[in-house]
Amino acid sequence: MSSTKTAMTFSRRSFIRTSSLASGGLLIGFNLFTACKDAIKPPKDLSKLDYKDFNAFIKIAETGEVTIFSPNPEIGQGVKTAMPMLIAEELDVAWKNVYVEQGILDTKNYTRQLAGGSQSIRHGWEPLRQTGATARQMLINAAAAKWGVDASECTTNEGVITNANGDTLGYGDVAKEAALLEVPENVTLKKVSDFKIIGTDTYNVDLDKIVTGKPLYGMDYKAEGMVYAAIIHPPAFGQKLVSFDAAEAKAVTGVEDVLKYKDNIVVIGKDTWTVFKAKKLIKAEWASDKDLESTEDHDKILTDILDGNKFDTRRSDGNIKKAFANADMVLERTYESPFLPHNCMEPMNFYANVTDDKIHLVGPIQTPEGTAKHVAHLLERNEEEVHLEMTRMGGGFGRRLFGTFVVEAAEISNMIKKPVKLVYSREDDMTAGIYRPAIKYRIKASVKEGKVTGYHLKEACINDNMYGLIPNFFPAGAVENYQVDTANYKSAITTGAWRAPYANFLSFSEQSFFDELAELMEVDPVQLRLDLLQNVKGTTDERIEYSPKRMEKVIKTAVEKSGWGTKQQDTYQGFVAYYCHNTHVAQVADIVVKNNEPVVKKITCVVDCGIVVNPLGALNQIEGGIVDGVGHAMYGNFSFKDGVPSDSNFNSYRLIRMNEVPEIGTHIIESELAPTGLGEPTLPPVGGAIANALKALTGKRIYKQPFINNPDLFKVPNKTIVG
Amino acid sequence: MPTYQLTVNGELKTVEVSKDMPVLWALRDYLDLVGTKFGCGIAQCGACTIHLEGTAIRSCSITMAQVEGKSITTIEGLSKDGEHPVQKAWKSVDVPQCGYCQAGQIMTASSFLAKNQSPSKQEIKDAMHGNICRCGAYKRICKAVEVAAEEIAEKA
Ligand code: FES
Ligand code: FES
Repeated sequence: MSSTKTAMTFSRRSFIRTSSLASGGLLIGFNLFTACKDAIKPPKDLSKLDYKDFNAFIKIAETGEVTIFSPNPEIGQGVKTAMPMLIAEELDVAWKNVYVEQGILDTKNYTRQLAGGSQSIRHGWEPLRQTGATARQMLINAAAAKWGVDASECTTNEGVITNANGDTLGYGDVAKEAALLEVPENVTLKKVSDFKIIGTDTYNVDLDKIVTGKPLYGMDYKAEGMVYAAIIHPPAFGQKLVSFDAAEAKAVTGVEDVLKYKDNIVVIGKDTWTVFKAKKLIKAEWASDKDLESTEDHDKILTDILDGNKFDTRRSDGNIKKAFANADMVLERTYESPFLPHNCMEPMNFYANVTDDKIHLVGPIQTPEGTAKHVAHLLERNEEEVHLEMTRMGGGFGRRLFGTFVVEAAEISNMIKKPVKLVYSREDDMTAGIYRPAIKYRIKASVKEGKVTGYHLKEACINDNMYGLIPNFFPAGAVENYQVDTANYKSAITTGAWRAPYANFLSFSEQSFFDELAELMEVDPVQLRLDLLQNVKGTTDERIEYSPKRMEKVIKTAVEKSGWGTKQQDTYQGFVAYYCHNTHVAQVADIVVKNNEPVVKKITCVVDCGIVVNPLGALNQIEGGIVDGVGHAMYGNFSFKDGVPSDSNFNSYRLIRMNEVPEIGTHIIESELAPTGLGEPTLPPVGGAIANALKALTGKRIYKQPFINNPDLFKVPNKTIVG
Repeated sequence: MPTYQLTVNGELKTVEVSKDMPVLWALRDYLDLVGTKFGCGIAQCGACTIHLEGTAIRSCSITMAQVEGKSITTIEGLSKDGEHPVQKAWKSVDVPQCGYCQAGQIMTASSFLAKNQSPSKQEIKDAMHGNICRCGAYKRICKAVEVAAEEIAEKA
């Protein structure tokens, strides 16, 4: 059923503020989190990433101009454009008359302002449209009262209200009166077929500013009297600061001070370059009372975990032991991923000014609310004293969910009693990361009489494990005897969410495994998936969120669009179908040989993400996810030696570049269902599609990322590249 | 502290900074031109690309002493109202995701197209290969360069 038909009742409490503006006009504040409490699962732990909710503000001036405050952080995923589109649609205004502004962190009027988990649009879909529709109804009610007519005989079109006599009033003419009215309890939402803004190509609202170089990002923020700070973290994870000599650094013109801050050293100075330069002149001594960790150790530890028997069982159906004991054939494989840094294009930075009366914070952060609370707590101040402004972010990818750098900026400002801008160099950014953890998956399946009878997935991960929904992803529900077990190893290396957490590597592992299983069973890999999906149809298991029907549709469309199985001899294909972030995706990778090396020529991608709010933005997200997926599967290589990261800048850490980008053919399934996530779901499938295509070409299976490290497949004389 | 004179976006500017300061930081921290971005500091990503006497260079890796008396153009000075064909193409193709790399991309593309007005796709890709876009907006970057090239060719 289309959720747009769902009538939702909103209590008056949902609207926490409706007020007249001093300058005239209507300001409507909508507490989205309260509104959707029953409709969505409440958010969990911040680090877990499967939540999201928002509030919004609409401001209508007497002139009729509409400002929509986008409450959520913009990290490049396009919500600053798409979320206001939802409001504007139901408010019934022309998009060209809408101004979008970034809302600030305002815990009274908005709740849970954060970016993560590809959930902005999914969770905002109903409530944001309700916000617009409610405001529209209040404007109609005000106009009707003015005319002395019944509100039901009034209509709206692009910001103008018309009554049965043909009289008209603009929204701005009645905004002030509307603000004083009761908030209507029930408003009707538009039918999908009546959408005028949703589903139309809409340009990024910051486009002009971006292409002309206007200040937008945290890096660009400046304030009166501000000094710059650079930080030296311990070079190895697990080290502590013993002592340091800053005499030379302090002698640099423009350096104001060098301080110890916890186990770090901070240089304060009058510009970024001066503090960066002075940092390099500091001689520090570091020590550790523990053994420092290396990738070789992790490798062994994770394998030991997989070989052992200490796991949390996260889902268990039937009896896998029996299935394996009675099998005709059993396949077991292990897949390995490295740590990965996020490498947001804009290195971490934040502005802080801690004074006696308030804490002013400005910069790029995906979790403003939690971070502000954390800062207040650390500095023993009231939360109300924290005033946090969000800037546009030069990428997030999960890194800016973790406000370590915000805390640093605030504590430094508190120490020096000055407004300060903390700026990470690329080296700081890459070496003091919150990395995607190294993971190993071991998958075992049993086959009896041509059917998959058992499936056992084991995860061994650094620090943490897959979040709760993942054990119910495909093939959960499709195999009678099914079990997911997880275990972890606590490391000194800091880890956290990285675009499409867990899914980004689990998809590669499972989708490579299905391909090999199909080979063993002598069936087409696509057919194997379709057969398995048959078993899920009509399931009553509420934990299963993926839809076998929608999955089947993307699979069949991908077969058709990619010419699966009908390609010429010099093109080798690999197939993947994956569900995450509520979105179903199928991809086919085409590989050809150029100069004796395999080259990813094309990725065909079929996506079912429900209604697409902004097709222009959606396509950018889809392509970005695919490029990111290709890049990291092929080249993403990061390790540790005695606690020290292997790479610190782009001279050795390889990111995908223009010449390595394949053609991308995207097909979006037409849908009248509510929108689902899009910032992440096209990334996880890519690695598996490429690995399966490489197998088709070479006959060799790849069990480890990055692929470039396979010397018999790729000739990479050295990994250093020149930009 | 030495004083340097140079022309920035057509205006003569005087800056007092240390002689090893990269142009990037003088622009950002002293001239309030923050459109030029810091990405790596070692000439690997292209986020800091500007024009020196019309040619694209990495402003993170050239010092103020090296540009003394010369003329540079930054994203802010590429055109009056964002009307350079490359900027227009960037808008019509809706290139940016996070947008952070885009000033550098635009500066690389505009310098390239000033020299090569009918580039092949491969020439575009080669010209843009040094600019990283972490968001992966490469397809649109390539497309926008093609669109800009067409407009420039039409005018010529
Ligand atoms: S900042 Fe200059 S090339 Fe990266
Ligand atoms: S648009 Fe984000 S780095 Fe290019």
